Amino acid sequence: MLDAGRHPNIHLLAYSQVEELKGEVGNFTVRVRMKARYVDENKCTGCGTCAEKCPTPVLDAYNRNLAHRRAIYKYFAQGIPSVYTIDTEHCRQFQGKKCGVCAKVCQAEAVDFEQQDRILDLNVGAVIAATGYDLFDASRIPEYGYGKFPNVMAAIEFERLLSAGGPTAGHVVRPSDLQAEEACRSLDKQILKLSRSLDSLEKKYGMSSKDFLDRPADVKPDPQDDLVRWSELYKEHQDLVIARDALKEKVEHSHADKLAFVQCVGSRDFRFNAYCSGWCCMHSIKEAIIAKEHNPETQSYIFGMDIRAVGKGFEEYKIRGGKDSEITYIRGRVAEITETEDHQPVIWYEDTRERKVKHLPVDLVILATACEPSKGTRELAEILGVELDAYGFIKSDPSHPVDTSVPGIFTCGCAQSPIDIPESVAQASSAAARAAEAVLSRKAAA
Amino acid sequence: MSNSEAKPRIGVFVCCCGSNIAGYVDVPAVAKYARTLPNVVLVQENLYTCSEGGINEIKNAIVEQQLNRVVVASCTPRTHEPLFRNSCKEAGLNPYLFEMVNIRDQCSWVHMKEREKGTEKAKDLIRMGVAKAAMLTPLDSVELGVTHSALVIGGGIAGMSAAESLAGMGYPVILVEKQRRLGGLLNQLHKIYPGARDPRALLEEHVDRVTKDARITVITDAEVQSVDGYIGNFNVGVSSDGRTRLYEVGALVVATGATVRQPPDGVYEYDGRRVITQIQLERRLSEGIDPAPRNVVMVQCVGARVRERPYCSRICCQIAIKNALEIRRLFPDTHVSILYRDLQMYGVANEEMLRKAKEAGVRFMYYDVDRPPEVENEHVKISHQLLGKELDLPADLVILSTPLVANEDAPRLSGLLRVPLDANNFFLEGHVKLKPLDFASEGIYLCGSARYPANLAESIAQGLGAASRAATLLSKEHLYTSGITASVNPESCVGCLGCVQTCPFQAISFDPEQGVCKVNPVLCKGCGTCAATCPSQSIQLMGFTPKQLYAQIDQVLADD
Repeated sequence: MLDAGRHPNIHLLAYSQVEELKGEVGNFTVRVRMKARYVDENKCTGCGTCAEKCPTPVLDAYNRNLAHRRAIYKYFAQGIPSVYTIDTEHCRQFQGKKCGVCAKVCQAEAVDFEQQDRILDLNVGAVIAATGYDLFDASRIPEYGYGKFPNVMAAIEFERLLSAGGPTAGHVVRPSDLQAEEACRSLDKQILKLSRSLDSLEKKYGMSSKDFLDRPADVKPDPQDDLVRWSELYKEHQDLVIARDALKEKVEHSHADKLAFVQCVGSRDFRFNAYCSGWCCMHSIKEAIIAKEHNPETQSYIFGMDIRAVGKGFEEYKIRGGKDSEITYIRGRVAEITETEDHQPVIWYEDTRERKVKHLPVDLVILATACEPSKGTRELAEILGVELDAYGFIKSDPSHPVDTSVPGIFTCGCAQSPIDIPESVAQASSAAARAAEAVLSRKAAA
Repeated sequence: MSNSEAKPRIGVFVCCCGSNIAGYVDVPAVAKYARTLPNVVLVQENLYTCSEGGINEIKNAIVEQQLNRVVVASCTPRTHEPLFRNSCKEAGLNPYLFEMVNIRDQCSWVHMKEREKGTEKAKDLIRMGVAKAAMLTPLDSVELGVTHSALVIGGGIAGMSAAESLAGMGYPVILVEKQRRLGGLLNQLHKIYPGARDPRALLEEHVDRVTKDARITVITDAEVQSVDGYIGNFNVGVSSDGRTRLYEVGALVVATGATVRQPPDGVYEYDGRRVITQIQLERRLSEGIDPAPRNVVMVQCVGARVRERPYCSRICCQIAIKNALEIRRLFPDTHVSILYRDLQMYGVANEEMLRKAKEAGVRFMYYDVDRPPEVENEHVKISHQLLGKELDLPADLVILSTPLVANEDAPRLSGLLRVPLDANNFFLEGHVKLKPLDFASEGIYLCGSARYPANLAESIAQGLGAASRAATLLSKEHLYTSGITASVNPESCVGCLGCVQTCPFQAISFDPEQGVCKVNPVLCKGCGTCAATCPSQSIQLMGFTPKQLYAQIDQVLADD
């Protein structure tokens, strides 16, 4: 990213969108809308003071809503360009309330609430569509419980848990425990509030709440509503403390040792996407290995049809994963996921090699969701005039693997079809070669 | 105007980085301290040293205060070191008389709650940086010419695609092919899928293009005999027709493909007649099979994904299913069964082909690696795990899907090019994920099955990709080496070859006449591994010499 951002020949237009394309190979005019960030890219140094002082928390999509960011934010720490953006949907200033703290603290004077979208008309010889992919929404498969059961997660969410820079600093914590911890914090706040009220009563009458309730019947404090109020407060306080301690105990003894990885969620599925998403078997194996590195008690079960480890070194990785990281590969598609009272997911499946229907309670379920063409591909294809295949990926022919149906417009990576990192990197070079050829051969002819 | 013999006049620029540093470290105190350090003649505080204003301050100070060393105490060198070095250069100071001290990532950012300690640490770091700066010497980078042409080794579909693309970008290409004709494995195929297309048409198209393009010189029946030189400046000896000719090129592309493994006789009753490989089947399908077989059984993973050869050859499932579809198309009454361990039909097109095969009546049967099928006279026995039964499949034609293996001469070529092979003798790319088409050694690129089994679309894409990588080099007028390279002191070097063996970039060679090692500054990446290895400190990394590093280390605890 850094290389692309700094390269003298690469003009990076981030937060921008193609709105129109005219012309033909060698001479395209492309209209680009550069959306307003409300931060001047040329002044912002990425120092982060604005986000530090911003009062508005927003659910962080990058961390898959497992953490919060601020209304002025960088999508992620290492983002290029290293500049901040204001999320106007949540920013107090843009929602009509008084704020502007970010502008006040920015020493580079980069915040500009009056910034407008800019339109750029580019004249180029070739175009490359590398718009990537989005992930299948697993809540479309209700029998898997995604969105209902807290401990059924999508793989991309699990990646955030495993990341040292993620919401749990790399610890595998079950979402039900994260929720319990959140509930504990909330209870702590309420307990503190009640403690303050109890404190003032204790000071007034010179005795502890416990002593007050234990007092013999004839020792009466005055007046009547203090008495009632005090005992009500104390009872409430005690109930909350008991509830919080129980939750804390649960979280302490909770563990995420037994992991189930469910393959082909939304892939190889006539109801959704008939194709294979290509890389999900590998990332499940990777995630199981990383989880094991972090917690030696981890045991993983990968439920799949074919475990497709076809890249260079991948088959060896899969075998090593099985041996060293206690991964059991089960040939069987998961039929249903249920959960116990304690939010313990249970996997129901047929082990096809044993020809038996079984179930397996686990601590955490990770769904390997399908790779789908990224949102907006259809609209972009219309703007560019390129054909899409039956699944919505940009269509290409195997003997011209990075060419689209429009001469001069090329494609690469998952925009074209689900492929993994080494193939995507290679294809990127391929598309660059085709684009260079298109431009240079015309230059020579001209 | 500034040189290392004169007494050091060091300028120190302490950056506030907005509040990133100044918010957690007492920058004025640090600046005040820097003024007390030996050889420091100027100290300035900047809000953002990397801003236009900050850069101008550095340039002005170099001229006005006759600075001959610059120290910037700010963020990480990964962000702005090149910018600061350039600024020094623009002001007339050798860019390597510059030292960067990281008081942000390595100080203010990690000691946000310890202002006093963080401030003391920043002072320590700057003291160390100043001490090293005093020991810095000016370094030069070398300017190299580039020969604007390429040589592609291998005239299969990947090699041809690479050659066409390079020629299309305007570069002359030499295309060297070992066989008498171009096309590689594509010559032996019956059909390509999807679409049951004739590979001959595709082949002719490419062969036509490379032979007719004036920029491409095709040499068939030829072999690479020698490779000398380095990035941008290779000299390749190619033998053909009984003579060897030398070609000067700037970049090399390895597109030598792979070989279909023929199982030893007897394995699965292989006999080349009734029990054959997929590639032999392709030939038979082209010639016409008469009479039609009644029952065809294909066995996957023959000699692949086993202990002797643990890798998955990736394309054999596609090939088997393609041929199964062909057989069903040509002989609708013939039964075809595919015995598999995993059906590696990854992605969109392959999965579709799998579905079509099922719809066309091809039968798929799962077998476990520990209970492989047994080929007998008229039958193939399979322990069908999913049914829990032993099945006896009638089979008058058995096809073994064998992996692609590395060419026998891969080790020879790897030695000539000085590039590595992996455990399976496939060429080893620079980085498995992020540099799939480059080697660690610069100027040489890789594509197709020489790297790892690849199907048609992948081979073409990789060929184009390798061309793009080569063009990145060939499009430059000159190459410049970095000044931070290793250098050997021939007086103390004993020629133990430790550095030669540890260098990851093949940048060091042994000079037998002088009995010492020599660094090629063009290939040297300044990693320092050699300097760490040398037992006599004869090889040193300029900009990180022992003297310079000891000066820093001595200062670590100097103030305590």
